[in-house]
Amino acid sequence: MHSAVPKPSPAGKILWTAIAIVGAWCLGVVALRRGEPINAIWLVTASIAVFLIGYRFYGRFIARHVLLLDPSRATPSVLRNDGLDYVPTDKWVVFGHHFAAIAGAGPLVGPVLAAQMGYVPGTLWILVGVVFAGAVQDFMILGLSLRRDGRSLGHMLREELGEVPGVIAMVGVLVLMMIVLAVLALVVVKSLTHSPWGTFTVAATIPIALLMGLYLRYIRPGRILEVSIIGLILLLASIWYGKTVNDTPALAAFFDFDAKALAWLLIGYGFFASVLPVWLLLAPRDYLSTFLKIGTIALLALAILLAAPSLRMPSFTQFIDGSGPVFQGNLFPFLFITIACGAVSGWHSIIASGTTPKLLANEREATMVGYGGMLMEAFVAIMALIAAASLHPGVYFAMNSPGAIVGTTVEQAARTISDWGFLVTPSELAETAKNIGEGSILGRAGGAPTLAVGMAQLLHGILPGEGMMAIWYHYAILFEALFILTTVDAGTRVGRFMIQELAGMAWAPLKRTDSWLSNIIATVICVGLWGYFLYQGAVDPLGGINTLWPLFGIANQMLAAIALLLATVVIVKLKRERYVLVPAVPAAWLVICTLTAGWQKLFDAKISFTAAANKYATAIAEGKLLAPAKTAEEMQRIVTNNRVDMALTAAFMLLVLTMLFFSLRVIDRAWKDNRVTAHEEPFVALSSVTP
Amino acid sequence: MLKYPRALWRWAVQTARLCCGMPDYDAYVRHLRAHHPERPVPSYGEFFRERQEARYRGTGGRCC
Repeated sequence: MHSAVPKPSPAGKILWTAIAIVGAWCLGVVALRRGEPINAIWLVTASIAVFLIGYRFYGRFIARHVLLLDPSRATPSVLRNDGLDYVPTDKWVVFGHHFAAIAGAGPLVGPVLAAQMGYVPGTLWILVGVVFAGAVQDFMILGLSLRRDGRSLGHMLREELGEVPGVIAMVGVLVLMMIVLAVLALVVVKSLTHSPWGTFTVAATIPIALLMGLYLRYIRPGRILEVSIIGLILLLASIWYGKTVNDTPALAAFFDFDAKALAWLLIGYGFFASVLPVWLLLAPRDYLSTFLKIGTIALLALAILLAAPSLRMPSFTQFIDGSGPVFQGNLFPFLFITIACGAVSGWHSIIASGTTPKLLANEREATMVGYGGMLMEAFVAIMALIAAASLHPGVYFAMNSPGAIVGTTVEQAARTISDWGFLVTPSELAETAKNIGEGSILGRAGGAPTLAVGMAQLLHGILPGEGMMAIWYHYAILFEALFILTTVDAGTRVGRFMIQELAGMAWAPLKRTDSWLSNIIATVICVGLWGYFLYQGAVDPLGGINTLWPLFGIANQMLAAIALLLATVVIVKLKRERYVLVPAVPAAWLVICTLTAGWQKLFDAKISFTAAANKYATAIAEGKLLAPAKTAEEMQRIVTNNRVDMALTAAFMLLVLTMLFFSLRVIDRAWKDNRVTAHEEPFVALSSVTP
Repeated sequence: MLKYPRALWRWAVQTARLCCGMPDYDAYVRHLRAHHPERPVPSYGEFFRERQEARYRGTGGRCC
């Protein structure tokens, strides 16, 4: 059925031994060098060696033995070729498409936040996580979907696990999506708070996108590349003009907002962008952000290779004990929650069971696209980690720590952070802010601004010039904001359809996507759901990211656990029990991480939502005011928000446990069965359908 | 593959379009001619509009 394993040639053996030695050497340098900063190139080389070895040995092992990929079997694209959704496509094109679909803000933000523990914990989790969990998940879900006419994750869950777990998982996906949208929108809010330059350039993307939309519709229909180049030129012009806006007080006042106002603006934007016709605003922004995303990732790689920065962050910091300012909680489980995308991301299971399986021309190509695509994403995460770790640690902590912990002036922040052992002076902090053209760098958590400063310094090191660092910084902010906002409006639309589908089960008229009223109701519900969490983050005493990112991580890893549980179930149903540990070990690891993190977020005396809610509730009862709340009403809101987060955490935990229960039940039954019970489509020989 | 600059360019254009949810127009036209000769062949503009609507209709989505 599957091809025999070819014997490696002597040259191949030598090559792979050499890669293994280089990789082990570089990892050794990264892990063992103490006292002096190491160069980022060691980390890059070590990662590439790990990825190559993981791909060559583990990826191919899964293809040959676990999924039994069969080059002679017709794929859905061949069987159902309709020239539109199902099209046999060149594997490099599918790879490019798949990577563009899975790469987003996630792998750029998580590693930056995790850098508070030093660069070694994050690096190790990304490398080990991607090889044994993340890439396995993406690849196996792609493999399963390939054998099922390219069906979606939800559909496969219903088929293999049953109707009830299928619907439960769908609700879980919807809630996860709301948290994703909220936390990403919050990253934008954090980047743009009191930043007229940044706000102006991001706002300018709206008229630019409208112009592009009209051009694509009426002037030169369908010329995506052409219009994207025009859009890019206009964007660069807006970054350049942003400096003038920033330097002119009368203009700057129009674009100077606090976090609350920005949250409301984003909520309003999300609503309009998702109800307007897609060709006018959503689609053109999508094109622009896709190209900018790929281009900027390439630029980041180039900058790291050329600048070859030293990692100034220590390999481990004292914050592995859980007392860190950026996110609270011990290394286990919170490191594994904080770096979700980049090591393992549940979202990818939706992409891997979406467009990609409908495009692959041959099963053989799934290894490269599924496993290889995720390795590329891990590489992006490593680069983000390098950009953060190459910053001055004092600057890093000043940007990412909440004002409630380090204070709100550069003097206070410099004193607190120097007390932690990261010596920094107030003038260094003020100087950094001045260099990037911002009033302050304090309290800019969320990863994007840190990455932007890191990128700006790297690029500035290669192409120096007066005032160029500010341009680079705002370019990096703009690119992140642009693709986050595209996720927000496209996500709102997708969320709206999901709500209509779920609500349609209760009341049929809501299902009608051609009804204006039902569309608007569902959009308002969708925007309201993520908007609530966004606003909560904007008024949060610890800056929001601190609260919302763990929720997002828990939800994302929960989805990854569900996807890997599905893979485990199917492997048992296929009677390949020998290989059940391949998906079962990462599934178990993610279940343990999400449940432990959830438990601590509920019951830990220091870091739980419960503790925060009780602290403020007690203060209300005693008639006291706790910062940053200024009124009793604000105090009450903080209590309510924390209670909502508690309920949500409990719901996620319940969901994981329910899915675990259903999976184990099906596994038990299938293990005892003596025949294959998975719902694969029948074998059709590729040779019989292609001439 | 990728033997010639032209092939590389074609790969880049096709990938870029697919990243925006736009499948290969030529492949679609070939498919129509081969399997559904009775159907009219849409112009690139019509094809583009139809696909643009289709991309944001379902629950496709992208990653965070």
